Amino acid sequence: MTDTNWLDTLLQVLIITAQSLALLVGLLIVVAYVLLADRKIWAAVQLRRGPNVVGPFGLFQSFADLLKFVLKEPVIPDGSNKGVFLLAPFVTCLLALAAWAVVPIDAGWVVADINVGVLFIFAISSLGVYGVIMGGWASNSKYPFLSALRAAAQMVSYEVSIGFVLVTVLMCAGSLNLSAIVEAQNTPYGILGWYWLPLFPMFVIFFISALAETNRPPFDLGEAESELVAGFMVEYGSTPYMMFMLGEYVAIMTMCALTTILFMGGWLPPVPVAPFTWVPGIIWFLLKVLLVFFMFAMVKAMVPRYRYDQLMRLGWKVFLPISLVMVVVVASVLHFTGLAPGGG
Amino acid sequence: MSLAALFFYLFAGVAVASAFMVIASRNPVHSVLFLILTFVNASGLFILIGAEFLAMLLVVVYVGAVAVLFLFVVMMLDVDFVELRQGFLQYLPVGVLVGLVFLAELVLVFGSWSFGEGVTGAVATVVSDVPNTVQIGRVLYTEYVYFFQAAGLILLVAMIGAIVLTLRHKENVKRQSIPVQNARTKATAMDVVKVPSGKGL
Repeated sequence: MTDTNWLDTLLQVLIITAQSLALLVGLLIVVAYVLLADRKIWAAVQLRRGPNVVGPFGLFQSFADLLKFVLKEPVIPDGSNKGVFLLAPFVTCLLALAAWAVVPIDAGWVVADINVGVLFIFAISSLGVYGVIMGGWASNSKYPFLSALRAAAQMVSYEVSIGFVLVTVLMCAGSLNLSAIVEAQNTPYGILGWYWLPLFPMFVIFFISALAETNRPPFDLGEAESELVAGFMVEYGSTPYMMFMLGEYVAIMTMCALTTILFMGGWLPPVPVAPFTWVPGIIWFLLKVLLVFFMFAMVKAMVPRYRYDQLMRLGWKVFLPISLVMVVVVASVLHFTGLAPGGG
Repeated sequence: MSLAALFFYLFAGVAVASAFMVIASRNPVHSVLFLILTFVNASGLFILIGAEFLAMLLVVVYVGAVAVLFLFVVMMLDVDFVELRQGFLQYLPVGVLVGLVFLAELVLVFGSWSFGEGVTGAVATVVSDVPNTVQIGRVLYTEYVYFFQAAGLILLVAMIGAIVLTLRHKENVKRQSIPVQNARTKATAMDVVKVPSGKGL
């Protein structure tokens, strides 16, 4: 090993670090405003104003909340398992952020362009359950523990149907690479060529499963406040609580981004003609992600919470059979029409 | 030392240390958490040799599903840690004996291990234009498709067996049937009665 090699390696590491930092800062700012948007949309549906005191239209509310959480004293319950108790929010936050390493926000704009990008996100989101279980168990308290068991069973159940939805998309695109999946939707038909149209049932299943996977209402059984106070976060306060919330919202953004990439053509313009193609891809990507998030927020505002047995029934007895059948149907159609990528 | 080597020692070191902590930690939940850390580091090692598909599969299957069930079971059990430690010295000689026998067998087996003629040249091609997901898919679904199906059948049988063993239909339990609930209409669910005042129903 010579000196130049060392310098090259160092430079590479520095570039990756800089890219990751830029992505994280951008992501966190978006998350801050998405949190505000969530509250504003929710308020608007209920004919309230929502946060409107800090800054114009309450634009700095999220930053005020951040300061408040950080400056408060973290309380660790006496009977808790301290190490695991503090590790849980870190795990949640870290895993949620790690998933963004493979998300392409424009053509070539991705920190790690790996071959198994879809599997990576799937793996990371399946690890998200550990933050919940660890937090619930380490609190050494009844409601958090019940909530952790509930939320964990829910997340594991809906992962199954998400997995099958991913399989159908992969069969159509012929690749596990997220950028390649977006490129596979790049047809002259624009918005009609994206996968949401041919795979519409899977699009719906994926959207609903994404709600359940991120513990969003109407599937927020993990923190159903009418039954479990605040779920696995009961014993948490100040910064650890904020990290749970941050992890949750980043995971929601990941799911929105994944929906955008798999079904809505990622950074591609909806109509591939002149004025639309001039707009940078990242703008399209952001617009689509925000559209999906708007749907998430509207569902939260409009749909009442599911009962737990209904939730489990929906996951195992409705979504799983439908997605299994769809995998077979899509595979057969691709095979017998010769549309499959790579000659079928 | 290149970056890959650095990461190898990092993953390998953490994997070995956390594997040790699996058996050394006093709390079974901590043991499972260390086991998960071991799995994650093992998948890191897979990535370093270019087997990214196996790495992700290890995380999805073992960490995302199997270890969650482990954690469930361990958390639900009410384990008395003091009692668990009591017989330690009593069982130590037997444990050491079993360990030594196992170690000796491993040494004997791998000490006399030799590859047949021409086998060493035919190891799987790691460096290739085709991503290893595609390679695994081709091998699994063409050459070994019957073994793959057989493995799937065995798993199916195991699954059905587990369900049969644990499925119990309790009598006298009020059950909720969603089709029945959905089939209710205003006519079947409500009964509007005009109650004359002072008489009751």
